[in-house]
Amino acid sequence: MTQSMTDAAVGPGAASGQGVEVRLEDLRREYGPVIALDGLSLTMAPGEMVALLGPSGCGKTSALRLVAGLEEADAGRIVVGGHDVTSLSANKRGMGMVFQAYSLFPHMTARQNVAFGLRLRGVKDSDRKRRAGDMLELVGLSAQADRFAHQMSGGQQQRVALARALAIQPQVLLLDEPLSALDAKVRVQLRDEIRRIQLEVGTTTLFVTHDQEEALAIADRVGVMRAGRLEQLASPTDVYARPASAFVAEFVGLTNKISGPVQGGRVQVLGTSVAIVGTAVPDGPATAMVRPEAIVLTTDDGAGGDAPGELGTVLAVSFLGAISRITITLPNGGSVIAQLPTSVAAEFPAGSSVRVSVRPDPVPVAPADSPS
Amino acid sequence: MSDIMSLGFGNTVPVVEHPDTGKPGRGPLARRRRRLTAFRVAVFVVMGVFFFTPILAMFEFTTRGTGLGAPRTLASWRAIFDYPDLITAIQVSLELAAITSAAGLFLLVPTMVWVRLRLPRLQRVIEFLCLLPLTVPAIVLVVGLAPVYAWVTYFFGSSTLTLAFAYVVLVLPYTYRVIDAGLRGIDVQTLSEAARSLGAGWPTVMWRIIAPNIRSALLNAALLSVALVLGEFTIASLLSFQNLQVAINFLGRANAGVSIAVALASLFFAFILLVALSFVGRRRSAPVHEEE
Amino acid sequence: MAAAAQSAAAGSPDISTAVDARPRKGGRRLPLAWLGALPFLAYVGIFLILPTGIVVVGAFVGPKGGVTLENVKTIFQGFVFDSFVKSIELSAASSIIGAVFGALLAYAIVSGHPDSTLRRIVTSACGVLAQFGGVTLAFAFIATIGGEGLITVFFADHGIDIGSNVWLFELPGLTLVYSYFQIPLMVLVFLPALDGIKPQWREATDTLGGTGWHYWRHVAAPILWPSFLGAALLLFANAFSAYATVAALVSQGGIIVPLQIANALTSETGAVDAGLGKALALGMVVIVALVMTGYALLQRKSAKWQR
Ligand SMILES: Nc1ncnc2c1ncn2[C@@H]1O[C@H](COP(=O)(O)OP(=O)(O)OP(=O)(O)O)[C@@H](O)[C@H]1O
Ligand SMILES: [Mg+2]
Repeated sequence: MTQSMTDAAVGPGAASGQGVEVRLEDLRREYGPVIALDGLSLTMAPGEMVALLGPSGCGKTSALRLVAGLEEADAGRIVVGGHDVTSLSANKRGMGMVFQAYSLFPHMTARQNVAFGLRLRGVKDSDRKRRAGDMLELVGLSAQADRFAHQMSGGQQQRVALARALAIQPQVLLLDEPLSALDAKVRVQLRDEIRRIQLEVGTTTLFVTHDQEEALAIADRVGVMRAGRLEQLASPTDVYARPASAFVAEFVGLTNKISGPVQGGRVQVLGTSVAIVGTAVPDGPATAMVRPEAIVLTTDDGAGGDAPGELGTVLAVSFLGAISRITITLPNGGSVIAQLPTSVAAEFPAGSSVRVSVRPDPVPVAPADSPS
Repeated sequence: MSDIMSLGFGNTVPVVEHPDTGKPGRGPLARRRRRLTAFRVAVFVVMGVFFFTPILAMFEFTTRGTGLGAPRTLASWRAIFDYPDLITAIQVSLELAAITSAAGLFLLVPTMVWVRLRLPRLQRVIEFLCLLPLTVPAIVLVVGLAPVYAWVTYFFGSSTLTLAFAYVVLVLPYTYRVIDAGLRGIDVQTLSEAARSLGAGWPTVMWRIIAPNIRSALLNAALLSVALVLGEFTIASLLSFQNLQVAINFLGRANAGVSIAVALASLFFAFILLVALSFVGRRRSAPVHEEE
Repeated sequence: MAAAAQSAAAGSPDISTAVDARPRKGGRRLPLAWLGALPFLAYVGIFLILPTGIVVVGAFVGPKGGVTLENVKTIFQGFVFDSFVKSIELSAASSIIGAVFGALLAYAIVSGHPDSTLRRIVTSACGVLAQFGGVTLAFAFIATIGGEGLITVFFADHGIDIGSNVWLFELPGLTLVYSYFQIPLMVLVFLPALDGIKPQWREATDTLGGTGWHYWRHVAAPILWPSFLGAALLLFANAFSAYATVAALVSQGGIIVPLQIANALTSETGAVDAGLGKALALGMVVIVALVMTGYALLQRKSAKWQR
């Protein structure tokens, strides 16, 4: 390891393609009565970035810390590049980790922080300096190299933490909500930067977040967790468009819950019969999860007659730039949100009467009265 | 100097270095946890023995009977009440403790709040003055205080309670540190501005708004003062006042058993006070900033 | 200390400008805001600054009035000078021991649950014991390892003479006795520094490939060092000014400076030498101030990274 570190050509590009496969097999972890991980399994391809997404307390951090070796699994295995590392201590795993906050050593400058891992590996002083400088350049902080943590903004500190984790050329990069302490604008900027660097370096990366937009924006695949298990692991588009369960549909993106009867594997939503994705639901009353952009609105010309859909009244229109969101109340008291290009939305002013239906794309369905 | 003196009674947010999840296990982490537990047990046992043995020895001493082979007796404890001077000294010391902690707070808290709000540049001066007693030993202070006390006696009489004037100075560093930590934990500026904008006068702001929000710091400061005053000997002795420690010292020559019994009792009393406080502090550990 | 003194001095011109910049109620020359700080300043002036001033000035006044250096010269004579050496030795030894063991105890405390009853009890006990001294403490140790003490008797029953009659009243014994309040004080002063250590630093060191030794050597020790040193110096000052314990333990002579001062002030032979007492007091202040200044300089050099 030391050898390859000293010999490795210095520079971001040099390390590309070093990712390894990471496999979590049936991980369990309990804290007293709390089951943090309940049989979590997940395989990451070499160089892939997977985002773990889920509500607070679902076990994301626990999963990450188990992979890093900062906690021990009660059961299950962690396999990295074909080697079982389950009982290897954290300092022998060679993984880079970025914590949520406060992880920079306060008594070291940015450069010393980044160089610290190399120093532990006995890298020569001059090489160390050069490599730390390169890493800081990679994260765009060359100018701040000699600052201490308290002299930097939160975003800058997190970049240094990222550079520090990358400097040891880890096989695996673990990021635990690295952006949650930052404001919205810096977040977007930094997350794109993390993705750029990750693609450039090619490290297999596990990225924990509870911000769905963040997860969908940068990951190759998104894993949605619930109560210590993986509910769905798929590409961002699939997670969004073909959620495996009602939980996923509701957790990822804005969703309309529209009740309708299930029969023979199809559900009747606003007059349209739609296929069901994910777990099968027995016949009977149920709730369909419909994306706002799958809602179809037509002006109610009074004729209508045989056209599918229900009549409703536009309650409000909110303008969001290129798109607009329209809230419609239905006669049964429920309400539905539709999302349309702003130019189209102009046809449905507040107070007007509209016919509401859905596109016949498959939707996930939850049995009626189920909590989610 | 500010960082030299930061007492462990402030509103710090404790972070455990190794969160104890109490899990048995086999891996390297479990090994580390076991080592840490072993270390802690060793330290607590060794320190426990070191600190408890003298206390035990004192207690053992107070129960010794007179003469060789005499049976154990609690006579020394009972005899406390036979020494009216001692009883008076206990009373005086308790009064001194109460006066000192109250006076210290009344002197310091409004000043600190005021300086924070209106004279921020004076903050360093106040801090310096408050920590100064750490560099001026009590024995030195007493040398210079002797002439000052001539005037104190002239104005206030020769009551032992006048010792409180000197004791307030002694407790300044401790009180300052604790209150400073407490005030850091709340937004004094916003709280007082909100109250002022609602028509509260300064006394109201201080008494109804600031004080309740730093309650645990105030209690801490008061009880540290109590502990200090109950243990103070130097100044009282050299200014020829009779407080608890001076009385214990004096009695120690005549009847060591009784004197030690009283000393033990006062130690225990202060300890109980501090323990009680630490539980009060816990209930308030999530301060609610009411901006009524 | 020196830093505080300096910035205090440097701060004073700023005070007037800050107040001038805010021409609220009251005249420009004596703004009302100052009145708020007046009671405190007056009090401290009378009961702290004035006595200190009396000591400093008095150190240079002869028995019959008039300026003299005789008092200060006496400090460097034989037994008086020895008492300074003894005082410094005792303070240094007890502060080093107190700092080391206090730090260990503090670490044992913080490595447990932050809200545990054990932590409450230990910190409360430390709050009491840090102020523990005088005849009670002296007696505690006499009752433990004095001629008739619990431990002495116990070992004597087993045929071992711990010989404490010899060393209890000398430097080793006094150091042991002083540890009894130095260690608790260290715990109180050092706990907040330990509380400030973030678990992430250990974990970051782990993931970067560091061992426990690396963590302590490169991360924890450098971060804690300034606080540790500051706490140790506070302990030094504390031991240096302690009077009551030795006064109760050693009835004869003045082996440490505070006893010399007390002797000079209340000499049983009636030969009160107020000038000498003040000179000795001044000497003590100078030494503590030197220690604190040294610390401030060290601190400024070693801790650029602190706010
Ligand atoms: N050290 C611990 N001791 C006790 N319980 C714990 C500990 N760490 C985690 N837990 C519990 O395990 C569960 C999972 O925690 P985890 O930190 O993995 O959640 P998370 O998904 O990261 O949540 P968040 O989004 O809020 O960070 C929670 O119920 C939590 O309370
Ligand atoms: Mg988490």
